[in-house]
Amino acid sequence: MKKTDFVVRFAGEGGQGFLSAAVGFAGANTQAGYHAQTFATFPSQITGGPTWMLARISTEPILSRGDSLDVLVVFNDYSYETHKDEVREGGVILYDSDQLELENDGRSLGIAFDKLGRSTGNARAANMVMMGALAELVGMPLDVLEDFVKLRWGNTERYGPKIVPQNIEALKLGKDAAAASGFSLGELAPPEAPQYEQIFTNGNTALSLGAMQAGVNFYVGYPISPATTVLVWMEENLVGEGKFVYQVSSEIEAINALVGAGYSGAKAMTATAGPGFSLMSEGLGLAWMAEIPCVVVDVQRGGPATGLPTKTEQSDLFAALHPAHGDVSLPVIAPGTVEECFYAAVAAFNWAERYQGPVIVLSEHSLSEREQNFRKPDIESITVENRIVFTGDNEYFRYQDSKMSPMPLPGGPGSYVANASEHDPMGDTTHLPERHIQMTERRFKKLELLEDGAYESQNIDASIALMPWGGSKGSSREAYTQMIEGEIDLAWYFTMYLNPLPKALLEELLTKHLVIVPELNYQGQFSSYLRSKGVKAESITQYTGLPFKVNDLVDRISDRISSGIKEGATT
Amino acid sequence: MSDKNPEYDFKWCPGCGDFGVRRAIEQAVEKRIIEREEPVEQNVIVAGIGCSGNMVHLLEGPQPFGIHGLHGRTLPIALGVKMARPDLNTIVVAGDGDFLSIGMEHIAPQAQRNLNICAVVMDNAVYGLTKGQSSPTAEQGMVTSSTPYGKPEIGLNALQLYLTIGVSFVASGLSSKIKDLAELIYQGMDYPGFSIVHVQSPCTVYNNTYEQLKGNPRKGIEPTAWPIGDDHDPSDSVSAHDVVNKGGVPLGVLYKDETPVPFEDRMDGMFAKAKPRTTKELLESYSI
Repeated sequence: MKKTDFVVRFAGEGGQGFLSAAVGFAGANTQAGYHAQTFATFPSQITGGPTWMLARISTEPILSRGDSLDVLVVFNDYSYETHKDEVREGGVILYDSDQLELENDGRSLGIAFDKLGRSTGNARAANMVMMGALAELVGMPLDVLEDFVKLRWGNTERYGPKIVPQNIEALKLGKDAAAASGFSLGELAPPEAPQYEQIFTNGNTALSLGAMQAGVNFYVGYPISPATTVLVWMEENLVGEGKFVYQVSSEIEAINALVGAGYSGAKAMTATAGPGFSLMSEGLGLAWMAEIPCVVVDVQRGGPATGLPTKTEQSDLFAALHPAHGDVSLPVIAPGTVEECFYAAVAAFNWAERYQGPVIVLSEHSLSEREQNFRKPDIESITVENRIVFTGDNEYFRYQDSKMSPMPLPGGPGSYVANASEHDPMGDTTHLPERHIQMTERRFKKLELLEDGAYESQNIDASIALMPWGGSKGSSREAYTQMIEGEIDLAWYFTMYLNPLPKALLEELLTKHLVIVPELNYQGQFSSYLRSKGVKAESITQYTGLPFKVNDLVDRISDRISSGIKEGATT
Repeated sequence: MSDKNPEYDFKWCPGCGDFGVRRAIEQAVEKRIIEREEPVEQNVIVAGIGCSGNMVHLLEGPQPFGIHGLHGRTLPIALGVKMARPDLNTIVVAGDGDFLSIGMEHIAPQAQRNLNICAVVMDNAVYGLTKGQSSPTAEQGMVTSSTPYGKPEIGLNALQLYLTIGVSFVASGLSSKIKDLAELIYQGMDYPGFSIVHVQSPCTVYNNTYEQLKGNPRKGIEPTAWPIGDDHDPSDSVSAHDVVNKGGVPLGVLYKDETPVPFEDRMDGMFAKAKPRTTKELLESYSI
């Protein structure tokens, strides 16, 4: 039987050029009709330091990064020592035989990448030799990579005619060297290209594209890992008449500028990570209090304070739900895949416009950098919502009624004061108990407008359910599929709409004996949130800075289910 | 809106300087909207927190739009208003504590950008609303509730600060000289760039400085406030510093950059190089 899936990891020193090689390798495979997903982790420094990048290639859509490695490409001794234990039985370790001397462990294959590359006349073809060898090892037809080379350099008039044949020659040299070695992992099944149009990109770009589709016209941000790429993307693309994009002097300036822009009618957004999000606390409270639409993206990283800037974690949920002092409960949308990053941004703007207030998108490091292929969004079918603008005459009370009311815009009728202090329907400051009651209830009542979010469900009759959130979706889903195939009776739920939860979903969850929540934090933040809603939820937690592995999840979920059944039998 | 709203119960103390500042802002806005034939709704007043912040509720006559925001954050909010809607006349009103203590970090960036707004700063050298603590502009040695043995720091010279960090229009006024102040605020709003009108607006309860500012011949007190006069060239930044160095409270326009490029024009200039793409085209660029 042909292989349908393989995982290759490139490990070495930052700046050795293999990160872009890995993305190129994954991209080449998607062009051939395979599915691909990358995962990278690197230290928080400009260049150097131990870095690795992983690409998983499959004939099927990919849910997780894969637990073990088929091929490990190492660029130094440290990488070999650090990663060799993750290579599966029968896997191969590939390295440049002129630069490293590895122990003869029967599974390491040395090829002179650099020397062979230079023999083509191109001093920078070493990675091509490496990819040719890789293709041979995993049984991938070489034309997949040849087509990629032609596509990438073929249209550069100056260098293309020279570089393309050199690189193709380098691929062949690598392939031949690997073939002569006798190492092989079997033949890879031909791709089954999806019948729909696809794009290949990462979570932060998908999110930016979604914001564009939703009509963002005001973006300010401050550099911070791992959200910086959203700012950089917006700086390049959010241009033209009526649009404003700008790097401000701090996250405090960013959130308050969002309030001013949202008040003035803009669809305003910023993206940040934990430390910047903390600085936005007071401003988010202002947006909630004064009822100003805006979107704040928190691309989560690890730990409190500066923490782990380049690692992944899902530990900002509590902060996102209640970022500010006083009675505040902000809408939170957490995408689970790169594709969902696009739709989460659209939904966030739609929510902000609909309920007239701030909306938080909780992404995470693992999604932000992950390159993946997915169905190209059909933008004609996407609903874009705009706030209801007040159009009457001037005797208008902005905060009338007990729910959402039309919003006046400067320049138009209905001038009012958007007030951070508790206010009456006109927006004037008041301390009367009945007004505080009225406005507090009004602010919370508006959340009911957002309870119609979509959710996934499967096998809903089971009394125990698995419900991950955010980026733990992929590995949880893969674990779930394995468990269902092993005839374990387990329900599946997933939604990116965390607050407010879809009303129908919450009703279903309340009927379960146990809802198991895999999540990447210590406290079990989402299960805690679910318990506050009356759901019998428990977490499976991990706080390593890395995503879950599928096999770990299968073991831990199985353990939890069997202990749950035992408890049930004794009570 | 106070006259229309019986529920609103905030009051400035009798004699508060902010009454005069309010009247001056009303006059300046009125003059502007008549001259430009614009509705009052084209104006947005962004207020900070403190006695002066209540300005936005106490304006009489036709009502502009307003934001009564956070302590120290008037300028970032105004940045959002102005750059989302460059057509709006955006005015900041803030006290010295709000603007020069907690909000200090936001002044220099607006000067470098030349954000096209007018900030009216009401300086009484105390935190009035919290009952008289010392503020950045309070003199060294001043006894307040938070400095019972005297203020240890040197008082901040706000005008010198504005000139040093490159604010392109700097004026100084007195709350009791309403007509002159209205003219300064009008000029500040009309100026295509970042303008600050710094106003001595005494607190009659915690730091009543009217007598020092205006002088009292019967008691032999010389006024600390003095008119800058016509012989000063406001386009000359060196002589603007000289004016400040003379001491006291100079009244009038200290500095005015004669060739200002407002922030919105700079941004338009930058983006002239950019080629906007539709979402569809952008998505296409990631196609497999």
